[in-house]
Amino acid sequence: MQTLMRKKRRVSDLVMLGLIYLSAGFAIALLIGIIAYVFYKGFSTVNWSFLTTVTSTLRGTVGIAGNIINTLYLIGLTLLIATPIGVGSAIYLNEYAKPGKLVSAIEFTTETLAGIPSIIFGLFGMVFFGTTLGLKTSILTGAFTLTIMILPLITRNTQEALKTVPDSYRSGALGIGATKWYMIRTVLLPSAIPGILTGILLAIGRIVGESAALLFTAGSGRNLPKAGVEGFFRKFTESSGSLTIELYLQMQNGKYEIAFGIACVLLIIVLEINLMAKWISKRLEIKYGR
Amino acid sequence: MQNQKKETIISNKKHRTVAEQVAHIVFTVCAFFAVLAVLSITAYMIINGVPALIRVGIKDILFSGVWAPSAAEPQYGILNVILTSIIGTGLAVLLGVPIGLFTAIFLAEVAPKNVAAVIQSAVELLAGIPSVVYGLLGIYLLGPVMYKLERRVFEGSTTHQYTGGANLLAAVLVLAIMILPTVINISTSALRAVPVHMKSASLAVGASHIQTIFKVMIPAAKSGIISAVILGVGRAIGEAMAITLVSGSSVNLPLPFNSVRFLTTAIVAEMGYAGGVHRQVLFTIGLVLFAFVMLINATMSRLLKNKEVKD
Repeated sequence: MQTLMRKKRRVSDLVMLGLIYLSAGFAIALLIGIIAYVFYKGFSTVNWSFLTTVTSTLRGTVGIAGNIINTLYLIGLTLLIATPIGVGSAIYLNEYAKPGKLVSAIEFTTETLAGIPSIIFGLFGMVFFGTTLGLKTSILTGAFTLTIMILPLITRNTQEALKTVPDSYRSGALGIGATKWYMIRTVLLPSAIPGILTGILLAIGRIVGESAALLFTAGSGRNLPKAGVEGFFRKFTESSGSLTIELYLQMQNGKYEIAFGIACVLLIIVLEINLMAKWISKRLEIKYGR
Repeated sequence: MQNQKKETIISNKKHRTVAEQVAHIVFTVCAFFAVLAVLSITAYMIINGVPALIRVGIKDILFSGVWAPSAAEPQYGILNVILTSIIGTGLAVLLGVPIGLFTAIFLAEVAPKNVAAVIQSAVELLAGIPSVVYGLLGIYLLGPVMYKLERRVFEGSTTHQYTGGANLLAAVLVLAIMILPTVINISTSALRAVPVHMKSASLAVGASHIQTIFKVMIPAAKSGIISAVILGVGRAIGEAMAITLVSGSSVNLPLPFNSVRFLTTAIVAEMGYAGGVHRQVLFTIGLVLFAFVMLINATMSRLLKNKEVKD
């Protein structure tokens, strides 16, 4: 009895729908499970002294302060170099270059750079910055390596932001006599700031989570920088392990408690960055109605 | 007064054109930085990876399965390492893509909009979790399970070398989970980009929603889904730190319960102490990995180009 009114139930439909729910449920359970488990295992390890001391058998302390400082050094220096280059590159691609072979070559290499695995960056950084330029394993080597790695992120996000600035802004500024650079400086860049910030935040997230590119470039030291200006600058040339590297070394030695503690700290940082990026892009949406 | 008078459009022009030209040049230099980086990485990988191929011989490196770098007569066959990366990546994609695609269908077609939005931001988070954390969970949670499984499977076997739970299977599971966000995100946007009229037409001629999804929408979103798979392959083959400890510590044939080395993990595990020819061979492994990745990139960009032409 087939009528138009009664819906035919297909077994294959039900099976597929079941599979869809099953997969989605699995993916969601996985995410919640991972985050919950890391917090459950790691939260008891994280306390004030864990965050503010350096691991030392002499004093009997277990802490990751040195690694936190190292990570901050890496983030700061990398962004200091990569942001101007990335933003400049995006400005060139979006505002100066005429579409053609050259632009597609630059865009292709930017894409390629984004697709290269971090271990390759690590090898390159180790040989080029570490050996050829003689920087050895240090914050400098690590940050230079990371700079190449996060460049595409910043370029792409800035480009996206520049594309959302209406053309009327450009012609308006040029029409009243502003030169191109003046127009970019006073009209385009201020409008593109949320996009640039999103790129920077994503880059920070990538740096915080990076490990393969740092193992052989920044090294694994866990000392705090010495006091004073000289100590601050000497740190740049010392072997310095980030949080992820410390986590890796601890789990290699079977010290899972400390490892989960670091994992917990890393997750909190990543969550925070994610929320901030979301907030900024939401504000961007409101502003331009994207 | 005098000064103000001088500042007319005309007198200032020269100063301005200099600034303009400098800006133009600076931005151009910035843009070429990416080109320079890719060229130098390529050059360095070749310069460092090729010497071992010449010294040891292409046949003895690429087509030999014997890896004994610290033996009296060292042998540097990386065939098993290459096979492990290919098979490990293949299995991870085979496992991760269906789950990812079905989840993408759920997000794009089945789930209510607000639920989908919440889940999608959760999936983005999954992509942001550092790979060492996946590795930690892999070794801590999967390891014991794998060891139990291993003992059950090889009960009474006298030839099997026990790995204690660090094996290919565990690494494949970790990789499959790690490529999920990539596959889900890209497939979801591909499915959402399918024109509404195609969907409506299919529903109007009497196909059910599920039939429409599988017979109309997925074929229409094919190129997007394929790029999701390719990016997943790229992510899986390049992953190092998450699977270094999970995959075991010796070079073996890629069988599920064998302790194995991937291209990436071989570099991570031995670069710290290797010297001489051994170190050079590690760079050759890097070169092989680089070649694979470039192949994936080229496939990807050709795909995108074809799509652009079609659109």
